[in-house]
Amino acid sequence: MTDPAPLTPSFATNPSLDRWIRFGSDRTVLIGTGKVEIGQGIVTAIAQIAAEELDLDLDAVQMVSGDTTTGPNELYTTSSLSVEVSGASVRIACAEARARLLDRLAQRLNCGRDELSVDNGEFLQNGRPTGYDYWRVAPETDLTTPVQQMPDLKPPTAYRTVGRSVARLDLPAKVSGAAFLHDMQRPNLLHARVLRQPDPAAELESVDQAAIQRAAGGALRFVRTGDFVAVVSADEAIVERAARAAPERMRWRGMPSHADTAGEAAWLYGRKAKHHTIGAPSTSPEHPGQNRIEAHYSRPYVAHASMGPSCALAEMRDGHLTVWSHGQGMHPLRQALANTLGMDAGDISAFHRHGPGCYGHNGADDASLDAALIALEMPGHTIRVMWRREDEFLYEPLGSAMQVRLQVWTDEHWRPVDWTTEIWSGVHVQRPGRSGGNLLAATSLPEKPAPLDLNDPPEDRGGGATRNAVPLYDIPAHRIEHHLVTELPVRTSALRGLGALPNVFAIECMLDELAERAEADPLAFRLELLSDERAQHILRRVAVLANWSARPAPGTGTGYGIGMAQYKNRSAYAAVIVALNVDQQVRLEHIWCVADAGLVVNPDGARNQIEGGIIQGASMALKEQVQIDRNGNQSRDWDSYPILRFTEIPPVDVELVDAKQHRSLGVGECSLGPTAAAIGNAVAHALGARVRDMPLTRDRIAAALLPD
Amino acid sequence: MLELDLHVNGRTARATCHQDDTLLHVLRNHLDLKGTRFGCGLEQCGACTVLIDGVPRYACTTLASEVASAHVTTVEGLSNQTDGHMHPIQEAFLEEQAGQCGYCLAGMIVRVKALLDDNPAPSRTDIAAALDGNLCRCGTHLRILRAVERAARALGARGDI
Repeated sequence: MTDPAPLTPSFATNPSLDRWIRFGSDRTVLIGTGKVEIGQGIVTAIAQIAAEELDLDLDAVQMVSGDTTTGPNELYTTSSLSVEVSGASVRIACAEARARLLDRLAQRLNCGRDELSVDNGEFLQNGRPTGYDYWRVAPETDLTTPVQQMPDLKPPTAYRTVGRSVARLDLPAKVSGAAFLHDMQRPNLLHARVLRQPDPAAELESVDQAAIQRAAGGALRFVRTGDFVAVVSADEAIVERAARAAPERMRWRGMPSHADTAGEAAWLYGRKAKHHTIGAPSTSPEHPGQNRIEAHYSRPYVAHASMGPSCALAEMRDGHLTVWSHGQGMHPLRQALANTLGMDAGDISAFHRHGPGCYGHNGADDASLDAALIALEMPGHTIRVMWRREDEFLYEPLGSAMQVRLQVWTDEHWRPVDWTTEIWSGVHVQRPGRSGGNLLAATSLPEKPAPLDLNDPPEDRGGGATRNAVPLYDIPAHRIEHHLVTELPVRTSALRGLGALPNVFAIECMLDELAERAEADPLAFRLELLSDERAQHILRRVAVLANWSARPAPGTGTGYGIGMAQYKNRSAYAAVIVALNVDQQVRLEHIWCVADAGLVVNPDGARNQIEGGIIQGASMALKEQVQIDRNGNQSRDWDSYPILRFTEIPPVDVELVDAKQHRSLGVGECSLGPTAAAIGNAVAHALGARVRDMPLTRDRIAAALLPD
Repeated sequence: MLELDLHVNGRTARATCHQDDTLLHVLRNHLDLKGTRFGCGLEQCGACTVLIDGVPRYACTTLASEVASAHVTTVEGLSNQTDGHMHPIQEAFLEEQAGQCGYCLAGMIVRVKALLDDNPAPSRTDIAAALDGNLCRCGTHLRILRAVERAARALGARGDI
């Protein structure tokens, strides 16, 4: 007999079944998840999984998401893991609950459990109604004791709800009225703006409160703790006017200055860094192959650039702090607040509410500390903090710039035999809590936090800068040299895919550069190097969709390019072909994508995520760069940080491979890297010259066309 | 302070506000119409788009006092005020599942109302041009374009425009 399959890691933290599932009095089932809706449709997908395993209609499932008082702690909503981990956990919890209820009813009816079945919550005995349902049996069944071992799960061949496209549960409110944290009403609500410390090292020299008060045009309260300063009023317009007037009426000392080139990825070369080597030892013998190629690729600092500014509500009542946030993990937020405020986590509750898409770690958690700091000074009121647009751009943690150097030894046919990916990058995760980051306002408090020990996620969690740094192709020896640069001009943290986009861009551009030397078709060259059949299949399929074999000759101004990766080398696969024209700048003409995500819970939801990743990846590859000069970040609005607009969006076709025999693989981040790479390769194909530094702007294209 | 009678979504509401208060602020904080969203305050993103006498405007920079004699329409005004049914444009957005985070949608839907009132059968190029001032960060553009095409067909079939 084989050992039963292990439970998901979530059950180690949340063993009790009633953290996951409870039966409501109104014929509903409450399903808990620690993962939260950030526009990716996860709460709907998890509801589908629960309905499936419980044999219930979807409308009987009520989701409780991101709630520290009753829901499970599943850390952060990140890394395309929500279906893989939380979905699997909910599935186990529901199967366990269903089994316990069936056991209880079999005992009561004195029958065998195999005589019983479930139809939309009603129990049947040998196909006939019993008069019992979940809600009648649940009160006499113990649903609190821990889940000990893997229950029997419904076989995927019997699925009716999972695998079917269903409409997102959260969208109706979002097209019609109040839907977001920003719209929440509470009694005694006061509005606040933070007059932000402009740099962690900056110290407040003076603030002209009287002048700010006059500009505000109404009654205003200042809250100050150390260098944390906020203005509070019942009238949001008053605090907004105060915040607009404040920067010129505050003097800060100790502002650092930076090199004018500090915002460029190339600035990272040779900086103070932590060094790691991952994979095969350095090349030995000295010439492991016939030919050696080296090329450098880069991506600058990029912004999450949420459509709405960060916001949070907090209230202090009878010694208990309650926080509402649009962050990605309520349990870690509660712990980070407790650590920063010197409180017991048991005295804090945190609830998730919808926010604008974040695509990673933006200012949402930081706004929660802002609101909490003010709430502690003003008990009995609900404090609503909203950042201003320029705060959002200036103070969100950025996606780190990355410089990637590839050194490849090949055989006589230009097939790689020894591959080194060398990376210079800032840290990719500085979330408050377990990853060791601080909430933003912590550095303005009288008791400064200890210096951070900067570390990327370990390789077994997909790495940070090293994410997707190992090619998926069959290469006899490969290694990663990682230089984690520790002193940067800006704060950096997780942005959709971490290092995956720049690494896939570099690797897939290099594949084309090798294919060109081998005088081979880039698609055929890749297929020869791939033994992974799922990767082979998506490449072949996307080539059919895009009519790849009919692509034009190089250097005509019209280009076709291909890019492929499996996210984290273990999550969903995506292959992308981009068709574009280059005149002075790039005009996208068409994008095709084929993705393999195993069993897909909500196909339309997955397609929506993949399409969004394609457009965001294209925007980053073509346009995005945070402007940094000696005075720091200068990107403070949509003019100084442009993104792709409606008139620049090409048709996009996405096809999902029917692979339901394979386990579900997260799709949220799989399409960005392949899209950026396909754009890089298509531009090279169109021009007959390669641009290796993102974004692929008009200036860089002009420079690539100039003779050396 | 000013006493303003604002005509919003077919009703008249009195608001006491400061002469510098924006229409967005008054809609959200005085009239409890939270569907119109703050995105940038700079006329750059379109999340706050409303109709002033049928013309799309940025509520984030329009002063409430400027529009006291005008008719203002917000996303809440598109739904049927008596039975609560959504407008065909909103229904089309849901049918196409044209949303990810959804923060930009209310502004888009309001702008599309003005577009379809003006041009009942727009081409995809017309739609993209009309929406070019509305930003979407999630990359839902293609679904939004399809939703507008669907809405145009639905409204055309209904004979509304």
